[in-house]
Amino acid sequence: MTTVFGIPVAAILGQLMLGLVNGSFYAMLSLGLAVIFGLMRVVNFAHGAFYTLGAFAALLGLQWLGISYWVSLLLAPLAVGLVGVVVERLLLRHVYGLDPLYGLLLTFGLALICQGSLHQVFGATGQSYPVPTALAGVVNLGFMFLPVYRAWVIVVSLAVCFSTWFVIERTRLGATLRAATENAPLLQAFGVNVPLLVAATYGGGVALAALAGVLASPIVLVNSHMGSSLVIVVFAVVVIGGMGSIVGSIVSGLVLGVVEGFTKVIYPEASSVVIFLVMALVLILRPTGLFGKD
Amino acid sequence: MKLRMLTLATLAALAALASGPTLGADEVVIGDIDDMSGVYADVMGAAGVEVVKWAVADFGGTVLGRKITVLSADHQNKPDIGAAKFREWADQNGLNLLLGGSNTGVNIAMAKVAAVKHVPIFNIGPGGASLTNEDCTAYSVHYTYDTVALANGTATAIVNAGGKTWFFLTADYAFGTQLQAAASKVVEARGGKVLGAVRVPLGAADFSSFLLQAQASGAQVLGLSNAGTDFSNSLKAANEFGLTKTMKPAALLAFDTDIHSLGLPTAQGLYLTTAWYWDLNPETRAFGKRFYAKFNREPTMDQAGAYSATLTYLKAVKAVGTTDADKVMAELKRAKINDLFTTGGYIRADGAMIHDMYVMQVKTPQESKYPWDYYKVVKKMSGEEAFGPITGLCPLAPAPK
Repeated sequence: MTTVFGIPVAAILGQLMLGLVNGSFYAMLSLGLAVIFGLMRVVNFAHGAFYTLGAFAALLGLQWLGISYWVSLLLAPLAVGLVGVVVERLLLRHVYGLDPLYGLLLTFGLALICQGSLHQVFGATGQSYPVPTALAGVVNLGFMFLPVYRAWVIVVSLAVCFSTWFVIERTRLGATLRAATENAPLLQAFGVNVPLLVAATYGGGVALAALAGVLASPIVLVNSHMGSSLVIVVFAVVVIGGMGSIVGSIVSGLVLGVVEGFTKVIYPEASSVVIFLVMALVLILRPTGLFGKD
Repeated sequence: MKLRMLTLATLAALAALASGPTLGADEVVIGDIDDMSGVYADVMGAAGVEVVKWAVADFGGTVLGRKITVLSADHQNKPDIGAAKFREWADQNGLNLLLGGSNTGVNIAMAKVAAVKHVPIFNIGPGGASLTNEDCTAYSVHYTYDTVALANGTATAIVNAGGKTWFFLTADYAFGTQLQAAASKVVEARGGKVLGAVRVPLGAADFSSFLLQAQASGAQVLGLSNAGTDFSNSLKAANEFGLTKTMKPAALLAFDTDIHSLGLPTAQGLYLTTAWYWDLNPETRAFGKRFYAKFNREPTMDQAGAYSATLTYLKAVKAVGTTDADKVMAELKRAKINDLFTTGGYIRADGAMIHDMYVMQVKTPQESKYPWDYYKVVKKMSGEEAFGPITGLCPLAPAPK
């Protein structure tokens, strides 16, 4: 079999594929973070907690109410998004004018409370969520067997990322959102309900995280700390892409997923740190991130 | 002059009052340091502390006329936190016994403190066999299971069932690497071959890349040298990728809580080794029932081990009439242990508690008749067979010539 640097081509293609799957998760999560930071200047450390909540919403929806996976894909983000709106209205809006550190601490505290409560009620070990029957099974790509479900994840993430980008950059609603970032009082003078817009934006960003959670639930065990390790990596991705850049977060999410995938073949022990190494490099060479504007 | 006397008197009084928290001079203090909030929190955790309190209550609540107190703390899987807490209790609370929960790395750090402070430590949760080899101390007892016993049980069963070539997925820390080494030794001793291994950071979110490498190796067996959420996630992914159709998974460490999370359809057919199971006999079932009533799940071998360890220690203290660590350790290494955890168990010179181990196979959903009916016994190994001979790596127990 043909090899590149001693690694079979089939193995490389396989890791590329898997890297794309992970990259899609990173892209969707960092998109939510970038939207929230870009439009609200809030460093949302609670993003991982909302991802976990999305997964639990799907799991409990199935166990208690018999809600299927397909319905959960719509309902869970909506429900968690509503929770996000409530959080924004009650807690977050008080820290807007202040040092960004306050927003960071507040959301970090919320994340800990959420994780602790889930742990208290459900324990640490986690529970299984079944893969929906329509997406079960594997497809033979020749160089590897790819589970149908993982291909589905790539498709959904790309679709969602593209639609979000489209809404923000190409529609009137998106234009209003971008105007709110640049000059909120002026926009309010035009008659736009800016506080409502901001709350809806936070809810939207959070809903994206929850959607990622629902997509993840058949893949990993749904447990209270599934978000905490992921959120740090996602932050690194957002920093690399450029805080506040929508395109940056999508592209760097996908690219870094692939980079991480290759590291797992070449030197697996470094796979959990390679993204941070890239982040350090980017911060040294181009501090605003690859696509950042500031 | 009067002011100075008053000041001196006040200072003296304050000094007397400020002698610190209760030294527990007339109490026997038992401490439990464990992972209470992380990946291993269900294996022993807060329920484990409760079980220790049951043991104290069942023993009578006092020993040698002294009240028994139970303390607990969360080590958060960090060796420095575990060691610091142990030191604090030994210095300020008159700690007499420490029970060590999950995580080999933390237990190795705590064993060092035990040697310095002369306080016995029972390592109940960790697996690393180095605790009775390079990292042994005169005050540590490795109670429930170790990586050697796990390998001798599970790896042997799988090699005998035809799994000759192995590829390991190993958690990249002390426990994972020691378990891989022990299992490799068993495989090679029985004419098998280790085709490769990949080291995965602890708590990795996604195992798919590593599983792809395992599949590429062409090995017959996928050796899962990890535990807790790592084990469950890697097995789930292996199933999803259809790997379990061509490779046999080896669950080198699995607790019934893991099987419960995975569900029988995913976990069926797995071989695993355990020191104890709730459904073995009437005595274990009674303990299981008591635990189920409080926690709505059956106990793991670690929780049963914590109960037994507490009783074993208290019995030893009663027998020698003192909590002096050296006298108690001598008695612990002399007496036999007979309780709901084990029959005919004994503590060896290197600190290993030698007792029967069971090789189990996870039942199919059809074979399981009631909740938590997960295992069938494949083989009962004697303690000597499971834990192997003394290696001589521990200075307290030289290898017999």
